[in-house]
Amino acid sequence: MPNDLIAVAMSGGVDSSTAAGLLHRRGQPIVGMTMQLWNQQRMPELIPSGGATGRCCSLDDVYDARHVANALGIPYYVLNFEDRFEKEVVEPFVRDYVSGKTPIPCTLCNNFIKFDQFLDVARQVGADRIATGHYARIEHDAAGGRYLLRKGVDESRDQSYFLFGLTQPQLERSSFPLGEMLKSEVRALAQELNIPVAQKPESHEICFVPNGDYARFVESYLDQQGSRGEQPSGDIVTTEGRVLGEHAGIHHYTIGQRRGLGIAVGSPMYVVEIQPADRRVVVGPREELLRKRFHAGQVNWISIAGLREPLRVQAKIRHQFRPAPAVVRPTAEPQRVEVEFDERQPAVTPGQAAVFYQDDLVIGGGWIE
Amino acid sequence: MQRYYFDHNATTPVAEEVLTAMLPCFRETYGNASSIHHFGQSARTLVERARQQVAALLHCRPREILFTSGGTESDNIAILGTVRASSRSGKHVITSTIEHPAVLNTCQALEKEGVEVSYVKVGSSGVVSPDDVRAALRPGTVLISIMHANNELGTVQPLAEISRIAREAGAVFHTDGVQSAGKIPTNVDDLGVDFFSLSSHKIYGPKGAGAMYFRKGVEFEPIQFGGSHERGQRPGTENVAGIVGLGASAELAAHCLETEGTRLSALRDRLERGILERVDQASVNGGSPRVPNTTSIRFDHVEGEALLIALDLRGFAVSSGAACSSGAVRPSHVLTAVGLSAERAKSTLRFSLGKQTTPDAVDALLEAIPAVVGHLRSLSPAATR
Repeated sequence: MPNDLIAVAMSGGVDSSTAAGLLHRRGQPIVGMTMQLWNQQRMPELIPSGGATGRCCSLDDVYDARHVANALGIPYYVLNFEDRFEKEVVEPFVRDYVSGKTPIPCTLCNNFIKFDQFLDVARQVGADRIATGHYARIEHDAAGGRYLLRKGVDESRDQSYFLFGLTQPQLERSSFPLGEMLKSEVRALAQELNIPVAQKPESHEICFVPNGDYARFVESYLDQQGSRGEQPSGDIVTTEGRVLGEHAGIHHYTIGQRRGLGIAVGSPMYVVEIQPADRRVVVGPREELLRKRFHAGQVNWISIAGLREPLRVQAKIRHQFRPAPAVVRPTAEPQRVEVEFDERQPAVTPGQAAVFYQDDLVIGGGWIE
Repeated sequence: MQRYYFDHNATTPVAEEVLTAMLPCFRETYGNASSIHHFGQSARTLVERARQQVAALLHCRPREILFTSGGTESDNIAILGTVRASSRSGKHVITSTIEHPAVLNTCQALEKEGVEVSYVKVGSSGVVSPDDVRAALRPGTVLISIMHANNELGTVQPLAEISRIAREAGAVFHTDGVQSAGKIPTNVDDLGVDFFSLSSHKIYGPKGAGAMYFRKGVEFEPIQFGGSHERGQRPGTENVAGIVGLGASAELAAHCLETEGTRLSALRDRLERGILERVDQASVNGGSPRVPNTTSIRFDHVEGEALLIALDLRGFAVSSGAACSSGAVRPSHVLTAVGLSAERAKSTLRFSLGKQTTPDAVDALLEAIPAVVGHLRSLSPAATR
């Protein structure tokens, strides 16, 4: 089936709708597709009366996406990816929280759903490439023979951090039409193209967790699986081992967390470590939150084929953090690296990603251990 | 792009003669069929003529026909109305696992009211066994509801035998005939049914119109309350245009039943044979007898959802399983009920032929399918597993 059809992943939001509109205006043949990932009705107890925010896959979103596709006059389909999403994104998300990590489901969704299953289905139905509304740029480096990933031009919207897991074949078949644009330009373009959702507010939350209440989601999910197990409570202790109080489960905490600890000790205290085996949450002053080095596993390289010698990078360890100068060193294991910051950094959090940049170029990234 | 429609079990286009019959109802014969004046009487005449046309298709008396909004409403009235009208204690209903959601979900609603429901299982043939129905009987069995033709497999259920069982047990017998009407003979006396649900848009009539046959003397409660329309059994101002369209489509269906059945079964068999010859690891779901226009084919190691989209992008409209409210595909309860694994159910497509299906359309589809299935399998992780 030789063709230049592109499948656009349409969530019903402004960005992906505008991406579709932009490609369509350029005369690019496109097909719109919405991935149905999660059925909110599975856990109705999590949806507050009056409706939830972070309304993943709600009928409203599908309605919006379909409305946009109709307005553009493009073919449009809804794909049922619920099984795969639960297995590859929701289960690891819950597992991570239960084991004291802080997961990034968006990256798993990119790795296993959007740039994997979605790309597969797109190719099966006859579209050789996919497009999404991500703020990031892909370019082909003919000299080096590699596809490169760069930050979106709008640094405040850049989503390259979530895309570090993309492989060369995935990058080759993907395009991000909004990567060169500012969000304000996207909004203006949406208006200009008469995109029906131009005024729609954005959601910044994890799509399948209503109202951002991760802990309740984790509990409800475990209840449904019948695997909540024993009492999850444990001690909140200082780094010296002094017990300051009790907590209702380690899944309520993340490294660097200051609020909601329920302890009063005069000076500000932060979660500096979570010890799943003893169900202990270790707290300390900001000083104890700082780390000079850490290891990252399951590393994926984008601009380079592999790491042979230490490399100077800026390492970004949370989506909302600025990249900090660091050196990445290979270890004995091929997919594992040691990262050493020039200056100690706060909140190195297991389960989050460490993504290595040189200016706007993504070198690669891995999962913080 | 030339487009071909192979989804007549989902719905059909309104036939020319049907549309012609309907059009005057919008601007000329627009009266309320319950009004006493000339305008009302003109509309009433059309409604009663339609009742005769539908009665002719089902071989019953016109006064045994109730007009409704469609198959779902007819199913609801027959099931809820019968059970609620019964004064027996320990009320029990028998139905099957391959029914349409209009029946299954109505039965589930009854369960919440305390009525017990037996869901008779169906083997890989897709045909309900009368013995299984008999085995499910209880002293309190007030209703048996078994569909006439299954919408996904096309399999025809042995209604005559089941109706004898119902009669012996003193139970009312309802059938959802939405997929059989206009495709195979639907003589309610031969079938022995007490209720027969019918939908207009499956037989080249308009959407939003349907009918229910109820045998004279069988009692049922209305499920909706209002004026005295349809003798108070289904209140609400008559949808005159829809009813007229239904009547015209029923007449057309009765007229074409035999010739169209012969034509479609030949085309269906040609499509089926052609697919099985040209595509490896493809097989037909369900056994016989079947309605002449339907075939359900599974393509192992292929996602039906992707196959459906790929075919649609090439101009061929087919169906796969059931649709969620979002429009996404979910595994069909019918296919899993007849023993298919979730994976196989998801690799199934339904082709349903109809009036516009020509030999050329079948040949075009036969040319497209092997290429598309081959392409999908070449990319599917499942095929290489």
